[in-house]
Amino acid sequence: MKSSNRHVLPGFSLTLGYTMLYLGLLTMVPLAACFGKAFSLSLADFWAAVWTPRTLAAYRFSLSVSLISSLASIVLGFVIAWVLVRYEFPGKRIFDALVDLPFALPTAVAGLVYSGLYVENGWLGQFLVPLGIKAAYSRLAVVLVLTFLGIPFVVRTLQPVLESMEDDKEEAAYLLGASRFQTFWRVIIPTLVPALITGFALSLARGLGEYGSVVFVSGNMPFKTEIAPVLIVARLEQFAYAEATAIAVVLLVISFALLLAINLLEAWSRRFYA
Amino acid sequence: MHKPASNLTTTKALAARAETARKAAHGAAHRDPIWVRWGLTFLATGTIGLLIVVPVVNVFWQAFGDGVESYWNNLVRDPDTLHSILLTLIVAPVAVVANLVFGVAAAWAISRFRFPGRSLLTALLDLPFSVSPVVAGLMLVLLFGMQGYFGPWLRDHGVKIIFSTPGLILATSFVTLPFVARELIPVMEAIGSEEEVAAVSLGASGWQMFWRVTLPNIKWGLLYGVILCNARAMGEFGAVYVVSGHIAGRTDTMPLRVEKLFQEYNNPGSFAVASLLTLLALVTLVIKVVLEHKTRADLEEAARLNAAPAEAT
Repeated sequence: MKSSNRHVLPGFSLTLGYTMLYLGLLTMVPLAACFGKAFSLSLADFWAAVWTPRTLAAYRFSLSVSLISSLASIVLGFVIAWVLVRYEFPGKRIFDALVDLPFALPTAVAGLVYSGLYVENGWLGQFLVPLGIKAAYSRLAVVLVLTFLGIPFVVRTLQPVLESMEDDKEEAAYLLGASRFQTFWRVIIPTLVPALITGFALSLARGLGEYGSVVFVSGNMPFKTEIAPVLIVARLEQFAYAEATAIAVVLLVISFALLLAINLLEAWSRRFYA
Repeated sequence: MHKPASNLTTTKALAARAETARKAAHGAAHRDPIWVRWGLTFLATGTIGLLIVVPVVNVFWQAFGDGVESYWNNLVRDPDTLHSILLTLIVAPVAVVANLVFGVAAAWAISRFRFPGRSLLTALLDLPFSVSPVVAGLMLVLLFGMQGYFGPWLRDHGVKIIFSTPGLILATSFVTLPFVARELIPVMEAIGSEEEVAAVSLGASGWQMFWRVTLPNIKWGLLYGVILCNARAMGEFGAVYVVSGHIAGRTDTMPLRVEKLFQEYNNPGSFAVASLLTLLALVTLVIKVVLEHKTRADLEEAARLNAAPAEAT
């Protein structure tokens, strides 16, 4: 059917050609420029740009905050998806719609408002600061705003899987004498593993590259709360293009490698649990 | 005569008992204890409340903190803020239209034809999502900036891309590239190509087929992609931040204006601009919910129509 489409339906070469041209010009050429610029550096210069105490601290901070916030997104996103699919409560549809807000809200707005919420006289800070939780301009602030951004990825990948989950598996488990807890860990969770991995990957990728919101809330202290993208901007503002590009290439390689690893993991888990 | 009847009643009784047992099993297997239900519901709504609702309310609270009049003045009496609104209204639509045309072309090629490298092409569509926006901006600077590969040539020909509107459009287009295509591909695959094949067989030209058959079928899915693309385009910060050069009244879009006012300790001004962007996000959400409803109805109808011939044979 599909293979005969090419003889029946028009526009194959036109649309494919345009797609490749547009994709090539807008993404491939810039990527090539980035790697080209990085390769124009000598190995020693490249190393000197990407392996300094300040860049190492930035990679470590970027990785740790995005890992922690992706884990938090997984846990909270799972609870939200579970509640939205399985329970009924007043206002459920509004809560369901609100989950998507972080997708639609510009990150600069998220950063701006989060930067004010947790200071001593902020809406949430006035309760938290007396408890000794100083979230403003710290690692915690970055984790909170990245969790805000990550939750919808997890909820929206889990929700369809939870909805389509067959009841009879759980019933069979119950009739065979499994406790609710055993059913949860042995029947429900394994079915969700591929979706959980996807959600984790999406929020991690988003967290690693995020700039707009973090720049408002982190305080951007070198060696302490500086993320890798902020470092790239700092290098650019000193017109140190080669150094900025070198760090960008490291960031690109990390996110491509993560994406590849997670795609493989996902494919494996789909086969394993299928 | 008598025996089969009693057999029948036994079977019926057995079936009824099996049904009750099944229902009981369903209930027991499916229903969490009440403390689990209440606890999880409280945790879920509390998370949404604290992480999502409180910030949104806070934006408007801060924006209107000094009254409606000063809110209005913050928006329209500041020429740089006004310019940033106009600039966003230029940059975002251009990027959205570019990605709309691209999205339709890509979805047509990918959903209607099989060709070598098809799955690779589908994967490449998502590439911009895995590139940090800051890196996206940097790549454009490396190409078109003064020190960039095409920089000297552009300068000799009097074309300015970086630190001006074309650069903002390019950066926004890069970041929002996947949205329309990603929404359309599954919709077009689900609808199938039977109607289009029929139209072409009956002598419709390519454009007639597109305008009269394809477009009416995919319109809600298309609009959905456009709405999401537009929200991201108007709100983009990182990529635009790198290529803009932050010339107030010249190259600051709304999100950049939010940041600049924040840096200048002009919180009311910053939150006033932010409130407009938040309003945009809320409107986007409402349209999204409506469109999801319509797309689902379209897909169900397509599924019913596709199933009908199979039943007939």
